[in-house]
This record gives sequence, structure tokens and C-alpha cells, in this order.
Amino acid sequence: MKLKLRIWRQAGPEAAGRMVEYDLDGVSEDMSFLEMLDLLNENLTNRNEEPVAFDHDCREGICGMCGVVINGVAHGAPEGVRTTTCQLHMRSFADGATIDIEPWRAGAFPVLKDLAVDRGAFDRIIQAGGFISSNTGSAPDAHSTPAPKREADLAFDNATCIGCGACVAACPNSSAMLFTAAKITHLAMLPQGQPERYARVKSMVAAHDEEGFGNCTNIGECAAVCPKGIPLESISQLNRDLIGSLFKADGK
Amino acid sequence: MAVTGLIMIAFLLMHMYGNLKLFLGPEAFDHYAHWLKGATEDGGILYPVLPAGWFIWIFRFVLVLSVILHIWSAASLVLATRARQGDKYVTRKTKAQTYSARTMRWGGVIIAVFLVFHLIQFTIIPGSFGGNADEPHTMVVAGFEQWWMVALYAVAMVLVVMHVRHGFWSAFTTLGGNTSSRAASVLNGLAWIVAVVLYVGFMIMPLAVLFGVI
Repeated sequence: MKLKLRIWRQAGPEAAGRMVEYDLDGVSEDMSFLEMLDLLNENLTNRNEEPVAFDHDCREGICGMCGVVINGVAHGAPEGVRTTTCQLHMRSFADGATIDIEPWRAGAFPVLKDLAVDRGAFDRIIQAGGFISSNTGSAPDAHSTPAPKREADLAFDNATCIGCGACVAACPNSSAMLFTAAKITHLAMLPQGQPERYARVKSMVAAHDEEGFGNCTNIGECAAVCPKGIPLESISQLNRDLIGSLFKADGK
Repeated sequence: MAVTGLIMIAFLLMHMYGNLKLFLGPEAFDHYAHWLKGATEDGGILYPVLPAGWFIWIFRFVLVLSVILHIWSAASLVLATRARQGDKYVTRKTKAQTYSARTMRWGGVIIAVFLVFHLIQFTIIPGSFGGNADEPHTMVVAGFEQWWMVALYAVAMVLVVMHVRHGFWSAFTTLGGNTSSRAASVLNGLAWIVAVVLYVGFMIMPLAVLFGVI
């Protein structure tokens, strides 16, 4: 396959960036999107040019490290497919296609270099309450705390969030509501999450706003690009807990 | 924003019901208008719970407060969001955004301008486009006998119901009503029904006036 790539190049956080065109030949349709970028970087290195910086780690769709906006869609999945950038394969593109590649763009995700952005804001939202406090010791028996099936399923679905940031990248308001909602719902559905439930939602939403993410207007772009299929309903769960927390003394 | 929006949607449905009174004849319409203001012989709406004429002012106060709080919350959220948005994408493709959702902000501003015009026409300077305030139906008839006035309202109502379509869904989602994918389709379906009912209900009377049915 022969491709024309238009990639956002930015030397550093403060530098001005621009789209740069590259022609790339010899792409196999079995390559993943990141392997295609590896091939480009190999060519660039051989030509003594600066390779394109992009985030990646496990390359099997479970770590949440990779992610770029491909032809205007976060992770670039074709219609009806949910995938991370690393699990997107070049067979999804036509031979001779022009592909635009840009970094996640949000005020709270500053570009570090080229396609790599700083997602430290997500870590700080988790630090604000995305955990349960329990004394460590030997693990309790699995059946000592029963969890209802429906709630356990919901918790598990929401726990699949890998924190890649595609929701923020796709959101017209640069809001991280879907990410925060997934974490809130995950812990709010389980018995272990109850003691800190309402203090958690207050402090995580406060941290979300503090980090400079935008406000949710219920458009649904986030859920449409989420590689793990976190549904928009999670945001309503967050809102229910947030409204509920107004009537609780926790976290005041 | 969700709560004030829902108050205004409820008001629109009531307003629509009042407009349709014109189909029962000018007397019924005028009586209803005076009844709301407590200017009828029986003391009007909610009399004697409230003294005659109080209801309309309480009602206006709640509505004006809703409008102000709605615009204030929208404006402060928009300004905060604008400050937090990243740089624009060179290429951007939307997957879920509807036209109504995309036009909420500017559409809302245009609706506010239309609302000012509408209030001047019928409430602030009643009769500024013909008719007199003592017989409210004459203002309606004088206004909607003009084809351009009907056209203006037809366009403005498209903006209003588009705003209502996304707003209805969004308000219930914000208040935690979107509990499952089924709930999402029910809410969206209801939003469509409310929007269509409002459009038909509001436009049928001006059209009837224009074509001389009333």
C-alpha cells in the first residue's frame, strides 16, 4: 500500500505546530496503525530526520497509552467498530489514501511533542477519589461480600475504561465527563465503593473541573469513539450520584 | 439550566394550549387571556387562593427568573468551556452530534432576540403590530394576517423546537434520567414528540388566521 500521511509536527510544548506531508510506500494491510508509524519513523531516521513522537505501550488494546485522531475521529475506527489506535489495521484504509493524523486536542491535554500529549490530568482525577480505602491484610473470601449481578455487570463494564482520553479528544467541549463517570459508576455499583461513594463523586468532579476540562452538553461524541464502549448512561449515573451528594454531609 | 429549561418547556405547552383557544372563537380566547390576568368577573385563575391579578405577576416573575438563570448558566458554562477547549482540529468528523445539539448556543441567542420581539408585540407595547390589548384576539389576528409575520414565526418556531428537542433530552440526562440505552431512546422519542407537538400546535393557529379560517 502507498499512503499520503499528513501528520501534526510540533517540536515541543511551547513550539508552534503544523501539518507535514509524508509519502509512505511499502505499507502492508496487515500492519497495525502504529506499525505503519514505526515504518515511517524508520524511513525518517534513515533520512536523518526527526521521527514522529507518539504514545504507545502494550499494542494490544488494553493499556490506554496509544491514541491519535485519525481523519478527524479519535482512534480512527471505521463505522460500527470499537478499537484503540494500536488495534486499528491498515486494511481499514484504501491504497493511495490520504490520512490526517493529529494529537488529542484539549486544554487539559497539552501537546508534549508531535502526537504525544500529557494526560496527567486523568491521574489527578483518580487521585481525587478513584479508589477505595481499606486496610491491607490477607484477601477476604470472595463470597464474604455479595454483589448483585446487575450492579456487578455494570461495575465491570465501566471498569473496562482504560483512560486513553479518546472521550476528551472527541468532545466538542473537551470534557472528561465520560472518563470520570466510568470511574464513578465502577466504584458506586460495588459494595466496597459505598463508604466513600458521595464524597468521591464530589471530589472527582471538582478535580475534573480543576484540571480544566470542559462541561458536558450530552452530545454523545465521547461514547461514539470509546474503544471500550463505555455508554453515555454512565454520565447520568454520575449526575444522579452528584445530585444525591447534595443531600449528604459527606465531603462537605 | 436543566431545571429552568424544563420549566420553560412546560410553559410552552401551556402557552400552546392557550393559543388554540382561538379555535373556540374570539370570546373564548379573550376570556382566557383576561382570566389569566384576573380581570374576569370570577376573579380569574387561582382566585380566591390568590387575590385577583396576583397570579400573572408571580407567573411572570418565575418565567423571567427562569429565562435569566437559564441564560446565565448557559453563558457561564460556555465561557468556561471556551477557555478550556484545545486548539481546533485540522480535520474533524462528528459521529453522534445532531444539528440541534450543534446549534444550541447560537440558536439560543437568536431565540432570546425573537422572544424580546414577541413580548414587545403582545405584552410590552400591546398592539404595536395592530389590534388592541382589551381584545387580545385582535392583536393576534392583525399580526398573523401578514404573511411575513407568519413566516417569521414559522422560522423562529423551528429554532425553538430544535432547541427543545436537544434540550428536553439533555435536561433529563443531566438530571440522571438516562439510565439505559432503552431510556435514551425513550427520552429522545419523547423529545421528538414534544418538539413536533409544539411546532404543529403553535403554527396551526397563525396559519388558520392567514388563510382566513378564523
